[in-house]
Amino acid sequence: MRLMASELACIRGGRQVFHNLSFTLGAGNALVVTGPNGAGKSSLLRLVAGLVHPAAGQLALEGGNGELTIGEQAHYLGHQDALKTALSVQENLAFWVGFLGAGDAKVDAALAAVGLDGLAALPALYLSAGQRRRLSLARLVAVERPIWLLDEPTSALDVAAQGLLADLMRTHLTGGGLILAATHGPLGLAAAQELKLGATR
Amino acid sequence: MTALAAILMRDMRLAVRVGGGALIGVLFFLIVVTLVPFAIGPDLVLLARIGPAILWLGALLATLLALDRLIAMDQEDGSLDLILMAPVPLELALAAKALAHWLSTGLPLVVAAPLLGLLLNLDPAATGAVALTLAAGTPALTFIGLIGAALTVALRRGGLLLAILVLPLTIPVLIFGVAAANAAIVGPVPFGTPFTILCALTLISIVIGPFAAAVALRQGLD
Repeated sequence: MRLMASELACIRGGRQVFHNLSFTLGAGNALVVTGPNGAGKSSLLRLVAGLVHPAAGQLALEGGNGELTIGEQAHYLGHQDALKTALSVQENLAFWVGFLGAGDAKVDAALAAVGLDGLAALPALYLSAGQRRRLSLARLVAVERPIWLLDEPTSALDVAAQGLLADLMRTHLTGGGLILAATHGPLGLAAAQELKLGATR
Repeated sequence: MTALAAILMRDMRLAVRVGGGALIGVLFFLIVVTLVPFAIGPDLVLLARIGPAILWLGALLATLLALDRLIAMDQEDGSLDLILMAPVPLELALAAKALAHWLSTGLPLVVAAPLLGLLLNLDPAATGAVALTLAAGTPALTFIGLIGAALTVALRRGGLLLAILVLPLTIPVLIFGVAAANAAIVGPVPFGTPFTILCALTLISIVIGPFAAAVALRQGLD
């Protein structure tokens, strides 16, 4: 499986965020997107997710499921956690697992994988920022998708949780997955390609 | 199917939990209908004559009250991004959301209507007719409202614009809903004539609503 972008351009709110951006990402590889604030890291991830239309250029996935769009084969971990504060931790995850088409059986295992199994019945309102982030990560564990789009995945995570995230990412890459991550800090991935944004302007 | 059941169950749960909109709609309906006899005075004949119209107006406003939460809440917390990306067709996901919204806010209005009919001096037959027209017509209000909710989210405008967008579109539903209820009470038109058109309006909006809302959301992607 290979994700290829050629000469992408993105215009948001009338401002050109980036242009002439090309990269290729193969199976089992991670691409770390870096750059100053406003360089278009989040825009690039949203563009790959299909949430923003490219102003120019092509995005193609080789070896994926031809019936599905790239976004439908991807997990997007954005700045917002997509959690409902009125629902419990378990209900929040069970909804996304059910909605994204995986079996209910994986919910408890995924909560255990991110260390939230003791809080399953707690309303998400009472979670800390780091715990909310971990609950979002549990979605990536419970539902299999070949492409992970991670926007600042380490934000609000403590050192232990950052190690956990690095382990999850390594497991995903070993299984032939792709990771596209926007970050300011180190992710703990040894062999990651880097894409610097902001240099082209 | 499981995906649609999941979204239906989640929205129903959210509606009845703390901060949900289920009870607010019914309470608002109760207050609006209770205010009318105070405003008009204790003229029982007049109240009975305008009763169906008041119940319908109250139901229309109560439906509108919770509409701005229908999609905006999912946009605020990022859920909408994931719903847009999911393999489930957006049209079906929106239809499931609208159905959950009707079950949690529209259906209680239908159940409460007979009770409020007492306040407006409606006899049992008239009350039954109004409840039946509300049951047939309120889904149309929700599914028309779905279009407005999607448009306001796509345009990044709040709920105030929503009311102005949606209310004119609900005029046909209001006309035939009240006409059917009045036909059952005073005639001379047979009940079936306006009631059939009301049912047709509901069916049309159930078909068009999710598609139009999905188009609006996709156009508004940014």
